[in-house]
Amino acid sequence: MLPDDRGHFGPYGGRFVPEALIAALDELDAHYRKAMADPEFTGEFERMLREYAGTPSLLYDATHLSAHIGGARILLKREDLNHTGAHKVRNVLGQALLTKRMGKGRVIAETGAGQHGVASATAAAYLDLECVVYMGEVDTKRQALNVARMKMLGATVIPVTTGSRTLKDAINEALRDWVTNVDDTHYLLGTAAGPHPFPAMVRDFVRGIGVEARAQCLALTGALPDAVAACVGGGSNAIGMFHAFVPDADVRLYGFEAGGDGIDTGRHAASITGGSHGVLHGSRSYLLQDEDGQTIESHSISAGLDYPSVGPEHAWLHDQGRARYQPVTDAEAMDAFALLCRTEGIIPAIESAHALAGALRVLPALREELGHEPTVIVNLSGRGDKDMHTAGEYFGLFDSGEVIG
Amino acid sequence: MTVSVAFEKARAEGRAALVGYLPAGFPSVAEGIAAVKAMIESGVDLVEIGLPYSDPVMDGPVIQRATEQALAGGVRTRDVLHTVEAVAGAGVPVLIMSYWNPVEKYGVDAFARDLAAAGGAGLITPDLIPDEAEEWLAASDAHKLDRVFLVSPSSTDERIAMTVAHCRGFVYATAVMGVTGARDSTSSAAPTLVARVKAAAGNLPVGVGLGVRSGAQAAEVGAYADGVIVGSALVSALADGGLPALRTLTQDLRSGLTP
Repeated sequence: MLPDDRGHFGPYGGRFVPEALIAALDELDAHYRKAMADPEFTGEFERMLREYAGTPSLLYDATHLSAHIGGARILLKREDLNHTGAHKVRNVLGQALLTKRMGKGRVIAETGAGQHGVASATAAAYLDLECVVYMGEVDTKRQALNVARMKMLGATVIPVTTGSRTLKDAINEALRDWVTNVDDTHYLLGTAAGPHPFPAMVRDFVRGIGVEARAQCLALTGALPDAVAACVGGGSNAIGMFHAFVPDADVRLYGFEAGGDGIDTGRHAASITGGSHGVLHGSRSYLLQDEDGQTIESHSISAGLDYPSVGPEHAWLHDQGRARYQPVTDAEAMDAFALLCRTEGIIPAIESAHALAGALRVLPALREELGHEPTVIVNLSGRGDKDMHTAGEYFGLFDSGEVIG
Repeated sequence: MTVSVAFEKARAEGRAALVGYLPAGFPSVAEGIAAVKAMIESGVDLVEIGLPYSDPVMDGPVIQRATEQALAGGVRTRDVLHTVEAVAGAGVPVLIMSYWNPVEKYGVDAFARDLAAAGGAGLITPDLIPDEAEEWLAASDAHKLDRVFLVSPSSTDERIAMTVAHCRGFVYATAVMGVTGARDSTSSAAPTLVARVKAAAGNLPVGVGLGVRSGAQAAEVGAYADGVIVGSALVSALADGGLPALRTLTQDLRSGLTP
């Protein structure tokens, strides 16, 4: 069972952090292992997920979309219907509950577009924890509404003015806070990356996505799906979806990275398909870097995928050939975004639209390979309300007043 | 030249060694070299050359700003090695301090080889713990380089013992929990940490970094540590007052250590 005791997925993962954080990571690892084996903790976590977050999320048979594209059965895992509008609520509730159990009263979090920040502020409000969110200054301006949400929920938002002033710098600043205040503070990391035990712990908190989807698919169709698809930035929704299916060798796993303007333009966020091996933010994985190992800024229309590295377990699944990772461009994602709006009346997060776009692209080859109409689960990891400004600009909805399509 | 030379010299003079940090390429490669030379002439016993990195999670604002400026000016890993080469003949041992990814990207063995060829004494690795350092342990052995890992107040005795066992040259004690940066008062945790490290380190020198910015603070720390590490205050001096301010501060720090 991966990772090993030191957090390695093959050559990936591990702990590339200052020694000052090792004691806190050891403490976290010990508490998390004990908590996951304690029915009191897992019972309370499940209760919160059920009664507060609204899970299990539906597995929706997208008949209109399936009919529109023809030759495939698309099932949507409706994580967009969870409280706070994305799969992320699972992770923050798990970590916030663990924070209480560790006797710490303060959580810090990083956020890019603000979704993880809002989720963290939500969990902190719910569990009565102090919450400080680090957010790149550039992002606080782009996402003023989410800043207001976090403040409304009682969190303090600190704009980060160093480096590129975006997500990766917010993570750096959160790590600096953590190393300074580690005694009473938990770092509520937002994705399945970072130093051990974060990749495994976050995966375990979100793995319900795949566990539920697997059972729901069996109940609905009488069989496992032929493939599952998820978008991959840091990779938490994807690992949450994949994990339960990894032992099912016949179920293909597709991870769709943010291809931005296209891999060959250099303006993308596809760490696996367009990056190389290295160490960033505490673990070894794939990342976007220059010749000297300096991190290269990522680009994506989707803020949630706009991160220059990826969780180590994805790097491992890629190298093993167990999951296949492909880039999806901004344009492909936005086409799928519009398609889902029109066929199903569901506005997806632009992140999730990458998963749908990628799935639609691989369908013909998959159908040919299987010799039958494939059943594919697409993880609809979040809802698109937060993206309406981006979508409105992209589709020209604000000035012309015309409809698209 | 290994760093033991510097510690032995200081010990023979009955004082702690002064360890000075400056990033390469700040404000430019040539001016950075001149600054390190000025620091050596003004009395540092040991030099740390910082390798500017895009994501310096251990550094406070002063060093962040300096390394950002260096990177914006186009500094490359080879410029850092060139800086080492340019100052290695000045009579004091020279170490590079680098986050791990640039070293890994360069190639761990190639980096060790080129650092040794440039006359460098070794490498300080703020985000590489011995647990993850297999390749670096082998490369530093092969190229006879010192390797300096960090310990902190939160380290258990077991981890201190393990870390010290993998250090060569000296042990870097980060005596406050937090990022680099000058502080008004020295930490009460520092003597305790140094005592714990010394219990495990035997004869291996212990250097302490905790935000020292004056001769008086250096004297305080030098009373219980083998090396007093100064970074942010020197970078500030250079940034705000150029070489004259850098020389003045270095001399003040050094005089604080002179018995």
